[in-house]
Amino acid sequence: MSKAPVAVVGIGQTKHVAARHDVSIAGLLREAALRALADAELTFADIDAVVIGKAPDFFEGVMMPELYLADALGAVGKPMLRVHTAGSVGGSTALVASNLVAARVHRTVLTVAFEKQSESNAMWGLSLPIPFQQPLLAGAGGFFAPHVRAYMRRTGAPDHIGSLVAFKDRRNALKNPYAHLHEKDITLEKVRAAPMLWDPIRYSETCPSSDGAVAMVLTDTEGAARTPRPPAWLHGGAMRSEPTMFAGKDYVSPQAGKDCAADVYRQAGITDPRREIDAVEMYVPFSWYEPMWLENLGFAAEGEGWKLTEAGVTELDGDLPVNPSGGVLSTNPIGASGMIRFAEAALQVRGQAGEHQVEGARRALGHAYGGGAQFFSMWLVGADRPTT
Amino acid sequence: MTEVLSAPLVVEFPFTRSLGPVQSAFLTGLRERTVLGVRTGDDRVLVPPVEYDPVTSAELRELVEVGATGTVTTWAWNPDPGRNQPLSTPFAWVLVRLDGADTAMLHALDAAGPDAVSTGMRVRIRWAAERVGAITDIACFEPDDGTGPPERAATAHHGEFTDPVTGIVAPARLDYVYSPGRAQTRYLAALADRKMIGERCPSCRKVYIPPRGACPTCGVATEEQVEVGPGGTITTFCIVNIKARGLDIEVPYVYAHIALDGADLALHGRIGGLPYDQVRMGMRVEPVWSDDGGFPDHYRPTGEPDAGYDTYKEMV
Amino acid sequence: MRDVAIVAFAQSRHARSTAEVSEVELLMPVLHEAFDQVELKASDIGFTCSGSSDYLAGRAFSFTMALDGVGAWPPISESHVEMDGAWALYEAWVKILTGEADTALVYSYGKSSPGDVREVLTRQLDPYYVAPLWPDPVALAALQARALIDAGHTSEPELAGVAARSRASARDNPYAQLTSVRDGGEYVVQPLRRQDCPPVGDGAAAIVLAAGDTARRLCARPAWIRGLDHRIEAHSLGVRDLTDSPSTRLAAERAGLFDAPVDTAELHAPFTSQEVVLRRALRLGDEVDVNPSGGPLAANPIMAAGLIRLGEAAARIHRGDSDRAVAHATSGPCLQQNLVAVLEGDVK
Repeated sequence: MSKAPVAVVGIGQTKHVAARHDVSIAGLLREAALRALADAELTFADIDAVVIGKAPDFFEGVMMPELYLADALGAVGKPMLRVHTAGSVGGSTALVASNLVAARVHRTVLTVAFEKQSESNAMWGLSLPIPFQQPLLAGAGGFFAPHVRAYMRRTGAPDHIGSLVAFKDRRNALKNPYAHLHEKDITLEKVRAAPMLWDPIRYSETCPSSDGAVAMVLTDTEGAARTPRPPAWLHGGAMRSEPTMFAGKDYVSPQAGKDCAADVYRQAGITDPRREIDAVEMYVPFSWYEPMWLENLGFAAEGEGWKLTEAGVTELDGDLPVNPSGGVLSTNPIGASGMIRFAEAALQVRGQAGEHQVEGARRALGHAYGGGAQFFSMWLVGADRPTT
Repeated sequence: MTEVLSAPLVVEFPFTRSLGPVQSAFLTGLRERTVLGVRTGDDRVLVPPVEYDPVTSAELRELVEVGATGTVTTWAWNPDPGRNQPLSTPFAWVLVRLDGADTAMLHALDAAGPDAVSTGMRVRIRWAAERVGAITDIACFEPDDGTGPPERAATAHHGEFTDPVTGIVAPARLDYVYSPGRAQTRYLAALADRKMIGERCPSCRKVYIPPRGACPTCGVATEEQVEVGPGGTITTFCIVNIKARGLDIEVPYVYAHIALDGADLALHGRIGGLPYDQVRMGMRVEPVWSDDGGFPDHYRPTGEPDAGYDTYKEMV
Repeated sequence: MRDVAIVAFAQSRHARSTAEVSEVELLMPVLHEAFDQVELKASDIGFTCSGSSDYLAGRAFSFTMALDGVGAWPPISESHVEMDGAWALYEAWVKILTGEADTALVYSYGKSSPGDVREVLTRQLDPYYVAPLWPDPVALAALQARALIDAGHTSEPELAGVAARSRASARDNPYAQLTSVRDGGEYVVQPLRRQDCPPVGDGAAAIVLAAGDTARRLCARPAWIRGLDHRIEAHSLGVRDLTDSPSTRLAAERAGLFDAPVDTAELHAPFTSQEVVLRRALRLGDEVDVNPSGGPLAANPIMAAGLIRLGEAAARIHRGDSDRAVAHATSGPCLQQNLVAVLEGDVK
């Protein structure tokens, strides 16, 4: 039996901010979940199962928080799963939820991803000192910056590309009411004047630390037929993992990322992603990852990704808009960031993205990855129901 | 066989938890020695009050006040209290249904011994002397000798207090003993002799440093030890201009990936011994050992000519 | 729905401490044994899913290094749940049902020895009202046991019988950690005595799943998953009837448990009193062989103990010792979340 088609019929997210002081952890998720249900014009009673995702439990100091969150998410009496695949988790969570529908195990599934980073401190959570292990001598960006330098060396990309990405994403975020950073007076000069924290990464080219949640309602063909707004249809979804560190690992363009994209394109019948995909929400925690992922995902030949960025192709009005929502550079509740990419891709093909809508978007890619560039999850959604 | 290493690993953080309105009212109420519950759509009173109905998941907001006395619905005698638990002397864990409530709350009961505790016994709250708006404002329960107020029904409560509590700080410390395992123990032992010992995969023949017990591409144990370095090549790097948490290194400095001669992947380290803006990809370096028997303090240039990009590009 | 079976199961020799090995060093031999049983290698596997806990390890992203033991190269289709491995198996089963994979590797591991597991598990509880009091899992299970005794569902002597039977069964299980109840009489938290509690220890387990003809090719007598379901209850103990497990019953109904009798049950009941609850919820009579492996009272590597129940039940079918078995896994305080699998062997 073939897979059942999967439709995204409800999407909700919180207004992402540095600290949500007015809600509990459950209240934060609940807000996103209710918005997704309202979008689908459904209630918790219509939901068969709940799948949640987040990054390490140490961030909020609650071990396996799905246990405490069951009541708030209407999961009592239902199946509840908790996914954790590092930074890619938001995407993986959505894919686990979509598989429940595709496998015909459930009809309608609620999936939620979140991080409430203000409960602790992300840098604390990410850098718990472990005995006998040489500490990362550089802080968060120091992990990524050498890979950016390697990309620049490999491709000859000029120094200013990263600032173009940051300037674009922060301007896009101004059109997204849920984005965390709303830098109304942003200019390219300001981006470039920001201090160089981990040369070649400037402060202005790094992501914020956010409290936020995102939720989606996924359903089958019958559910989609009843939905009040156009659904986004899943055309392809995949996860790929490779070891975190190994001899021959390509940190600039990991094989797992290439394989994951190839699998998604195969499922979706995409042969020329640059032409056939109308919008991309990719996981860009530091600005330079946009040109790197453009190559890894097959939108540009190796060494050519930065040229697309430089030419304005990835701008909101370019012919391959990347991160019209403002992306991770503007909003980063870590465990939710991947699912926000997936949800924003779905909003685009539903025509529901509001001010940051890409005109006429029919097919969009959502992309998430784990910080060690070892875990990838992606989905491709379309306005049309898949034919196969 | 080298003795296996272990060391304490303390995971400790004072989590700052913001509260929703029901939790805020309840915990502020405790500070004021008032116990609030919340009424559900089917007219049950939940104490402690939760934000969402555990049966219907409906949002709950209708607060009520309940008694500070109640009835034990189940109990368990704890002869050996843990370091963070409410009482330091043996006590009973209890679920108590407070007067006016339909559900029970978990807390501690201070009693003389297990023979002094029974299901159905009447108990009352012993308030903490200093109350801050936390569940620990209830120091514990104590047996009610019948002098307390009579059983009461829940009464409506506005839930409003001056200076409401909007968050709690929840310190949490967990103590672990971390053991890095066989491969890393071998590696660390060699470091004490100022040697860099990697391990070779029996299948793909790649040399891993630091060894982590498995060849991650082949999924087999690495056991053949191979000395690598001391010389190596900087494959890539960044210049750190911001002080990292817990690191006492003067900025700016260079943090680099270094492919030691004979190793098949790069490890990381700080580069010293020259101005930060003169560090290059391909620069040849060697470790500068510290006296603590651990990792090299940093790496410094050897003065050899730079390695060609093609010789290390597979490790970038 | 596709036919999916457990075709291989391997586990470590569970021990109070495995400080001499890292997690990947603990896990890797178990993975090799599972692969060897079906003569597969990592690159033959369609999907991999694991379950583990950062809190148990005391390190964020702890699962990323365990993947080294799999040999994930070329890159693999892989996922991870921060849950017992039984739920990783559930995710893998769903993946096979989609048709995107014909085989799956499921593994989980847990080392309780580095930390104080009774303290660690308090971090699972409501972070506002309960976790600040640090009530440990023995205390919570003892509250449940008292409620069972008060309700007339069990007695301390009956619980002692469960303890003795489990440890006696474990004597035939070379992987068990605890096979006797010497000095088990003192209360840990009354009414639970030491013998009523699981041993604290480290362990790992791995299972290979396969669909249809692939399963038949890989295994002489596959343990077919006839039903698999899991359900969660409300979190707070004070709103639940601790003497019952409605989520277990519902999962069992959905899994088709009550459609036909079973001969074997592997129950994830870390405390003797929880076996009493589960037997009632699953309607298991005296004719059913409950926890012939010794169950979690004989070895309870947290995060793996649920997956091991599925593996033990399947292994009995593989060996021909069972024709229809139920396996159960749990998570959370006092059986908050429960998974039920119904496994069958082909008619001999």
